[in-house]
Amino acid sequence: MTEVDVLVIGGGPAGLAAAIAAHEEGCRSILLLEREPKLGGILRQCIHPGFGMHVFKEELTGPEYAQRFVQSFHALGLTAQCDTMVISLSSEREVVAVSPQHGLQRFCAKAIVLAMGCRERTRGALRVPGWRPSGIYPAGQAQRFVNLEGLMPGRRVVILGSGDIGLIMARRMTLEGAKVLACVEVMPFSSGLTRNVVQCLDDYGIPLLLSHTAVDIHGRERLEGVTIAQVDEQRRPIPGTERRLECDTLLLSVGLMPENEVSRAAGLTLSPTTGGPVVDDTLQTNVPGIFACGNVLHVHDLVDHVTVESTDAGRQAARFARGQGATSRPAGQMLQVRDGAGARGVAPQSVCAARVTESLPLMFRPTGVFRDADVVVRLGDVVVFRKRFRILTPGEMVRVVVPAEKIKQPVAASELTVEVVS
Amino acid sequence: MTERGITCIGCPMGCRLRVTLNGGEVAAVDGATCNRGAVYARQECICPTRMVTSLVRVRGRRAPLSVKTAAPIPKEKMLVCVEEIHRACVEPPVRIGDVVIRNVCGTGVDVVATMDVVTGQDC
Repeated sequence: MTEVDVLVIGGGPAGLAAAIAAHEEGCRSILLLEREPKLGGILRQCIHPGFGMHVFKEELTGPEYAQRFVQSFHALGLTAQCDTMVISLSSEREVVAVSPQHGLQRFCAKAIVLAMGCRERTRGALRVPGWRPSGIYPAGQAQRFVNLEGLMPGRRVVILGSGDIGLIMARRMTLEGAKVLACVEVMPFSSGLTRNVVQCLDDYGIPLLLSHTAVDIHGRERLEGVTIAQVDEQRRPIPGTERRLECDTLLLSVGLMPENEVSRAAGLTLSPTTGGPVVDDTLQTNVPGIFACGNVLHVHDLVDHVTVESTDAGRQAARFARGQGATSRPAGQMLQVRDGAGARGVAPQSVCAARVTESLPLMFRPTGVFRDADVVVRLGDVVVFRKRFRILTPGEMVRVVVPAEKIKQPVAASELTVEVVS
Repeated sequence: MTERGITCIGCPMGCRLRVTLNGGEVAAVDGATCNRGAVYARQECICPTRMVTSLVRVRGRRAPLSVKTAAPIPKEKMLVCVEEIHRACVEPPVRIGDVVIRNVCGTGVDVVATMDVVTGQDC
């Protein structure tokens, strides 16, 4: 059994930022476990630009963004064990991991930061009828094949879903010599960023078929084609609108889910809306000393937000490990944070107003597209914060930072509600 | 006078802009709800540019090297630049920021590595 003060699970942007922050907070016994042979996480395969505008005020590619944190991590003399898969976690903060080099290992930590990221929804989650040939991949899997392994999944491509990874892959596949026939989206709007629709589809003349879906998949061994159809307001295919696209590859960009198998087994309460653990204002889960950040907590759109959140989680974990700070004991009443109208998956899910020192960041996704709308935070029935947005869309997570004094008002309330008012 | 429709990428609003062109000049921009829209429309109609990222082969290994143009290049040169990038082959070691191709397709912009490749071995 190896004992450490802070154990970080996952070496992507969240885990790296958390480990660095724990070190900066004074912790000198930190170990990071990573499943892949290298640090950097999913950013390593995101070779496109657009990362770092908030944190570094410049536009970087994914590998460049990751490298800055990997360098800081090593410069501080921090330790990572790669090629190591965590297979279990207990509420006593004991971790079991396996690796080719060390076999089965046990670790015990004073504090743990969960930073395992998320995974893609697969075909099974969509219930598309038809055969099960090869050539159907989640878009991120294809991204890994192309960008990291130098393999092309196919030559004629249809993309189902218009999430950002699907849009990015439409451009990548085109530039690598494939023909992308269409991007098919069941909703009447794209779930990806406008910028990606313009620069990844419009630039290459790839049609975005809104209110369309795949209704049949053809080919026994290898994918031969996909039948698509228009859908009505209830997302039901409209008979007579079917047409077949001949393709050898179907990429799915239909959502991401926090990867929480080990968290569940440790007794962590998971939120049905975010898919991640429920946390308090210190990013601590319902199990004392276990913290969560990044995509394992809730799926982010911007890595910059992951960095900010994970820095906080790492700092809180270091304080907990040192046995001080408010992290272990709420200094007052806990407020439950509720999703109000128009808001979904607000995190954190509970807040101890008394220990919030400067400000409280609240993050959520809007339930639809809202123009000229206010994000309103209510303490009980009293509105304590209001911020206007020109547009809110489900594709972009909203982050509002509420000043501490606003939630410390002497109001008899047990709930903090976040809602969108248009 | 010709009209052209473009979508602004300045923010999630995604304003549909109608640009009136008089020869090579932008005469008017309609549909923008902030200043950024007009600026973007002018840039996009007169000299659209894009940052290009792609992959370069590495001698002795299957896994490629990720690269980018060190600055945005004219949009119409994207595909020829990618072709030149695909013809290149580098010898490890390569470090982030190393120039892989100088002055790609006469754009005056270099193609630089965006990752480290230390050895010729995969991963």
